[in-house]
Amino acid sequence: MTSVRLGEPHAGSGEAVASLARLPNRIGALCLVELQKLRHDRTELVTRSIQPALWLLIFGTTFTRIRAIPTGNVPYLDFLAPGILAQSALFISIFFGIQVIWERDAGVLAKLLVTPTPRAALVTAKAFAAGVRAIAQVVIVLVLAALLGVDLTVNPLRWLAAVLVVVLGSAFFCCLSITIAGLVLTRERLMGIGQAITMPLFFASNALYPVAIMPVWLKVLSRVNPLSYEVDALRGMLVGTPHNLALDVVVLVVAAAASISVASALLGRLAR
Amino acid sequence: MAEQVAVRRATALRASGLIYRFGQHVAVDHVDLDVAAGEAFGLLGPNGAGKTTTIRIMTTLLPVQEGEVDVFGRDVRRAKMAVRRSIGYLPQQLSADAALTGRENVALFARLFDVPSRERRDRVAEVLDAVGLTPSADRLAKTYSGGMVRRLELAQALVNRPRMLILDEPTIGLDPIARGDVWQHVRDLRESTGMTVLLTTHYMDEADQMCDRIALMHEGSIRACGPPDELKATLGPGTTLEEVFRHYTGGTLDEQGGSFRDVRQTRRTARRLG
Repeated sequence: MTSVRLGEPHAGSGEAVASLARLPNRIGALCLVELQKLRHDRTELVTRSIQPALWLLIFGTTFTRIRAIPTGNVPYLDFLAPGILAQSALFISIFFGIQVIWERDAGVLAKLLVTPTPRAALVTAKAFAAGVRAIAQVVIVLVLAALLGVDLTVNPLRWLAAVLVVVLGSAFFCCLSITIAGLVLTRERLMGIGQAITMPLFFASNALYPVAIMPVWLKVLSRVNPLSYEVDALRGMLVGTPHNLALDVVVLVVAAAASISVASALLGRLAR
Repeated sequence: MAEQVAVRRATALRASGLIYRFGQHVAVDHVDLDVAAGEAFGLLGPNGAGKTTTIRIMTTLLPVQEGEVDVFGRDVRRAKMAVRRSIGYLPQQLSADAALTGRENVALFARLFDVPSRERRDRVAEVLDAVGLTPSADRLAKTYSGGMVRRLELAQALVNRPRMLILDEPTIGLDPIARGDVWQHVRDLRESTGMTVLLTTHYMDEADQMCDRIALMHEGSIRACGPPDELKATLGPGTTLEEVFRHYTGGTLDEQGGSFRDVRQTRRTARRLG
């Protein structure tokens, strides 16, 4: 007992600059927690792989055989795999708000908010934690895709770019989810809204079919859907289809930054 | 004059004219508080008396709507980060992360409070040891008993070496043995460090034993404040704190005046403890 000591008075000056410098530390701390949880309980990693596995195995192999969807000289399964990858990252991050609501009900959020961490840093750290969580899932989907014979790149730089893209996309959807959590404040409503928007986000993107064959109204939706940019970049990086990486990354960075600011502004509502 | 200033104990917390409204409802109504450094101060009152709201303002969780609050001389409104660094906070709910081990729970807070990485491992081990959790530090918190979770949270709050510990209903839902155990740790801590402790409770016996001074809170305002013995003495010998409370407020401590959410949270905590 005698070993616990009282702290010195804290000067606390220049906190704004200091807190910016500590952002990587905060992000690291919350990403580490995410990995620790995964290590303690890997069942989620397996159960969450079932759905993407079915998409690849059943939907992918069937549509590859019947050649119903024109994907140029890329086999449909190769076209589909990055889309499913983005989908599984989406499904993880879009329900991150539930974790935040759980943390609020359990008092964890209050404790986090009483640490010297600005709200925006806490949200940013959560966003990256969602990214790390999604990467773990993505690895499984990729292994599965490789086993099914999808011709994936071997270039490590392209892999790195793909990881970055998944993290950015997950950060956006995670903060979208925290934003909704900040608005509806209950798990039940967030579940409902999450369920209601995930499939439209998925279908109104280029994950399953090329933009070229979409009707005009769907093309418009796909154009404003950040998931499309995530898929475009992943497909370009992993299977080498034509893409616009600069545009994709810019859209994802802007979307992630915007959703982080909105979610941070709403986090205070959850603290009340 | 200079000597007098030196002798006077520093103020840990000062609130004046604090008012907090949730819409039309006035949850905290003109509260003034003065807690000296090293003191154990209790806010006593039934659910819904405004204790938790008061504490949440002091911990920077709620904005200061009206009035002034400083913690160790720092304005809560202006120096949020400095205030947060000087306090260790235990919310009402059992808030350890069940999916992490005890050690991981504490290490997270060591990181969030910027404990330098070279000291981190030792500091985490030190506070886990201080609350008697060294043997179970590497077990998942979901396998802990309620009393152990509370002690773990105490370790989380201590890893930052706070100057003031803020405990919101720390023994709610615990069985009597676990309650005694938690208080013993807080007592030991005060003895060894002289840490300031601000707590809320609706258990009068706990307030009576633990606190140097208590404030009786009812419907958002403080009805009486002083050392428990003095408060009891004003009503004559043999008076209990419960009677003192009734005298000053006209109510009882058992009133379930809390909002639905308060009560639900209390129940949830109790249920998690089995």
